[in-house]
Amino acid sequence: MSDWVFVVVGLTLTAAAAMALFRIIRGPSILDRMIASDMLLTTMICALGAEMIYNSHTRSLAAMFVLAGTAFLGSVVVARYVSRNGRL
Amino acid sequence: MSFDLIADILTGIFLLLGAFLSLAAGVGLIRFPDAIARMHATTKPQILGLIFILAGIALQERRLSTILVLIALLAFQMMTAPISAHMIGRAGYRNDVIAPGSLLVDELKQSIEQVQQELGEAENEAENENKNESADGTPH
Repeated sequence: MSDWVFVVVGLTLTAAAAMALFRIIRGPSILDRMIASDMLLTTMICALGAEMIYNSHTRSLAAMFVLAGTAFLGSVVVARYVSRNGRL
Repeated sequence: MSFDLIADILTGIFLLLGAFLSLAAGVGLIRFPDAIARMHATTKPQILGLIFILAGIALQERRLSTILVLIALLAFQMMTAPISAHMIGRAGYRNDVIAPGSLLVDELKQSIEQVQQELGEAENEAENENKNESADGTPH
């Protein structure tokens, strides 16, 4: 496969991660920050997959698996805390 | 055209589509006005973008063990993404993060009002019973 595909994919994922980081820093409420960090985690999973395709190995599958399985815990905890505390 | 070449081309297309969905989510995250709209944008790469990337991996590593792990990974993501979205949406609704007037249909408001009304009626009944008991029970 030609390399320019991976250059475009890498640049696109980097731009997406940078936008999520911008929202994490700027986000007016903590919920916006949690949504953005969820999105950053999804971008990381996609980047791990793209890297596995580029180097043609499957060593990162376990990391992808764990990230996909535990990504929801952080936002659930924050959402519970915000609901109970009543403050943002 | 061999099968490897077709698989490579398809993998490239899938990778580009997945990365494009991530970029679209990032743009939506920056430009959309409130938390719920931003959440709508970020759910696109969570399922469909991941499906594209995983399809690319499956096309490159055509072994049963890898594909089984990929299916389990997708199942985990499909089970857990709605949980966090539900919890964040609920917290956002209760803390008034949603822009006023952005909800055209608000079914949760009706349910909450109904439950509060029922709770109020139950409290009134309990108070009346207490009053009756005290009125009956007090010696003259």
